[in-house]
Amino acid sequence: MSLTKEQIAQRIARELKNGYYVNLGIGIPTLVANYIPSGINVVLQSENGLLGMGPFPFEGEEDPDLINAGKQTITTVPGSAFFDSAMSFGMIRAGKVDLTVLGAMEVSEEGDIANWKIPGKMVKGMGGAMDLVASAKNIIVAMMHSNPKGESKLLAKCTLPLTGVKCVKKIVSDIAVLDVTADGFRLLERAPGITVEEIKSKTAGKLIIEGEIPEMQF
Amino acid sequence: MNKVVSAADEAIKDVFDGAIVMLGGFGLCGIPENCITALVKKGVKKLTCISNNAGVDDFGIGLMLKQRQVKKMISSYVGENAEFERQLLSGELEVELIPQGTLATRCMAAGYGMPAVFTPAGVGTEVAIGKEVRQFNGKEYLLEHAFDADFAIVKAWKGDTDGNLIYKETARNFNPLMAMAGKITIAEVEQLVPVGELDPNNIHTPGIYVHRIFQGSNYQKRIEQLTVRKAK
Repeated sequence: MSLTKEQIAQRIARELKNGYYVNLGIGIPTLVANYIPSGINVVLQSENGLLGMGPFPFEGEEDPDLINAGKQTITTVPGSAFFDSAMSFGMIRAGKVDLTVLGAMEVSEEGDIANWKIPGKMVKGMGGAMDLVASAKNIIVAMMHSNPKGESKLLAKCTLPLTGVKCVKKIVSDIAVLDVTADGFRLLERAPGITVEEIKSKTAGKLIIEGEIPEMQF
Repeated sequence: MNKVVSAADEAIKDVFDGAIVMLGGFGLCGIPENCITALVKKGVKKLTCISNNAGVDDFGIGLMLKQRQVKKMISSYVGENAEFERQLLSGELEVELIPQGTLATRCMAAGYGMPAVFTPAGVGTEVAIGKEVRQFNGKEYLLEHAFDADFAIVKAWKGDTDGNLIYKETARNFNPLMAMAGKITIAEVEQLVPVGELDPNNIHTPGIYVHRIFQGSNYQKRIEQLTVRKAK
């Protein structure tokens, strides 16, 4: 069975370490906040100017001056701090944020990422994605392994305009967990019931398979 | 030194056709609502607007787009506006999309008197086309120039009659950066207080950067994405 979006988020949450400052992108990455393991304390950064993002407000307590980078109403946790957009990207650029989780349309075996533009379609913009991928120490991509046409999104080279080069460290897709290494995608785990053969057939870029590949447990 | 003006109409009275105008805010959060309404009323045209987003169809910069007042948008993300899309696809509107951190830093550089900065955002992408690339410690960076804006229009929570400003929560975003960057900076605030009432320890934008200030009214503070939990 392929992982659900929630399970992808849940698997990524296991990568969190105590004390991490983490930036979560829009979509599946946002869901990671729902699965932070107990005993692990992380501080969520929202690039519009907040460290210490909390859950959505209770109905009626929403504050229009308090939103996240997805423009959703949010809350703060004790110890939070507000700052301007230059400082926000300053801390990202300076490598203070430990982990960035974002979505992707394509990732190459060298760790290039494309996630902002499809030629011929209305381009909405890159937002903060290019700044994040250019500077983050550790980038995990949450994505579907294949596009709706069934074509692999893990490629030898990206076909879409790039967001950043040689930056993705790890991918959690709906069927596999992979590290991006100097030699290509290294298969680490497979989704429950998904065979190595299936992952192989759905990965267009170079795939490294060594030893037994464990099945993810949920 | 009298920086206080009566209202938005007076504050923006010399914004001219073809001006380069910075507008603070992230989405609809912390946008200068009163000045946008006044710009729409004034009907000033061919503006170049530097703003992280372009509003929605019936609010924010979307109101100026609807009146065809904007010649060019410089933004990082413009996805929430159907009229914007229509004008872009028909060629009526120019758009320059730049990384959000680069946008912030180009404002900051202007306010700090620096002509340009180096940033890694966009290296190896189409954002790098035509830009100087320089290596520092083995990593590549792009040379990005400070903005040169005729007007910066910002929104703060509190301000005093000398132009000192305090922002609220994430409504701060681009506002303090743009406030520092305009040849003329116009601030609208929710509460305008006499000099001496704001704690100098808490000032985000010192008044030296602000040329005109007024207390705005009838703030709508629209929420773009209302997300809530059910009460326990």
